[in-house]
Amino acid sequence: MQLGFLVDLHLCMGCKGCEIACKVENEVPLSTWRLRVKYVDVGTFPETKRTFTPLRCNHCENAPCERICPVSALHYLDNGIVNIDKERCIGCAGCVMACPYGAIYIDPQTQTADKCTYCAHRVASSMMPACVVACPVQANIFGDLDDPTSNISKYIQANQSNVQVRKPEKGTNPHHYYVNGGNVSLNPLASFRPEGHDLFGKITSKMPVGGHH
Amino acid sequence: MAAHEILAATNAVVTLDVGIPGIVWPWLVTVNMWAKSIGTGVIFMLFMLLRMYPDSVKNLRLPTAIVAFIFINIFLLFTLADLHQPFRMWHIFVYSSWSSAIAWGSFMASAFLGLLTLLVFLAYKKNNETYDKVLLWSTILAIPVTLYTAALMAQCTARELWQMPAESAQMILAALLAGSATMILLGGNKLSSEAKNTLGVVLGLSALMAFIIYMSEYIFGAMKAEEIAAVIGYIKGDGPYTVMFWLGQWMAYLLPMLFILLSRVSKSESILKLAAILALVGLAIVKHVWLMIPQLLPMS
Repeated sequence: MQLGFLVDLHLCMGCKGCEIACKVENEVPLSTWRLRVKYVDVGTFPETKRTFTPLRCNHCENAPCERICPVSALHYLDNGIVNIDKERCIGCAGCVMACPYGAIYIDPQTQTADKCTYCAHRVASSMMPACVVACPVQANIFGDLDDPTSNISKYIQANQSNVQVRKPEKGTNPHHYYVNGGNVSLNPLASFRPEGHDLFGKITSKMPVGGHH
Repeated sequence: MAAHEILAATNAVVTLDVGIPGIVWPWLVTVNMWAKSIGTGVIFMLFMLLRMYPDSVKNLRLPTAIVAFIFINIFLLFTLADLHQPFRMWHIFVYSSWSSAIAWGSFMASAFLGLLTLLVFLAYKKNNETYDKVLLWSTILAIPVTLYTAALMAQCTARELWQMPAESAQMILAALLAGSATMILLGGNKLSSEAKNTLGVVLGLSALMAFIIYMSEYIFGAMKAEEIAAVIGYIKGDGPYTVMFWLGQWMAYLLPMLFILLSRVSKSESILKLAAILALVGLAIVKHVWLMIPQLLPMS
């Protein structure tokens, strides 16, 4: 069994229901996220559009976080999930430095590394990850990549010319796919990040959009 | 962002996202690398000097072992301080994952510290014959101890700037630079002028080679990868680390090279010591900049 994720970005409408469901299910502390939806505005007025990209751990086949962890706190489960043992983690942050997707953070409460586990605890009870259940448009598709009859395998087969992963050049072989993604959605260097205009980035120290009032 | 070209049709702006994690490995890791360079470098230099000028450096066995012992302890202390769960440090020795450079480094550094402790004891007992045998093994072990951080940086797949061949060369050069600079200051009047000249040559050449590698990355790195171009952008123009980068290059490499030439011409020991002090301070700045800039890049 090899569990994987696919997000159809054409369906995602940026409601952030998955973000909230993940936060609640996994009791993710304030200021940290296992899953988040990034908004990127593209074009110049009036020809503009907004893209929404859910970002989470890619559960790579060749995971740099698993390789760099000195105590095997990050480890593979039999179903392919890259799981984390927070009791074993020493908080060296090597995994945070190694992950090319910025998917790992240091939990401010436990002072250990944490990340999306594809809701391994729910999967073990034959339930879908919380974000999949919460998505109102079924943009999140989760299943066994080794099973050709699974929904995710069928979706990949049906969209073969339009399936992408983030940063394929890193050689990590992510088990997290996107359909209808583009350079702007998947490449962080393809979009500009103006200081002070991100909703959750140190909002107390930044001015609101539009400058002084 | 340097790598992003803004065109009307493709103009893309992140309008909603969480804060970037920011600096994950802070200045504590800079001190870690800097202290390790000194701790291993003085062992390299003592090994060399004992073979080239045994009479001149025979009294440096104990001071060198003590300096190496102190700086390797500083290195280990700051490594420990950087952990978010320092009291779980023992997990590394019990649940070791051998794919990790951190695990290898922890074992090798611990063994190295053990050898240094033995060197201090043997030097105190004036058992020079055994000391020199242990010094040989300490010198051999000092090589992987100083290199493992390069392996660790190379395992950081997210940080394209840190490539193993360049980083391993920089780690060895940093150890030679820091070791020779420390021995110039430590040796004082105990060292012969020939020994000082040799240390000056090691310091100057390691500074020159390290500078060439940094400049190669600075000039050509951006031509190979988008991520490196974006990271190098932080030390170019009005980048946040431009001033600190050039301050480090001048202090660690350019000025020491110049002062070593001047000291040879004028036969001035004071100028040589000034070069050594500048190299040690500059090395910390250089290491810090190279540690920080890849961490400024958004990963998603």
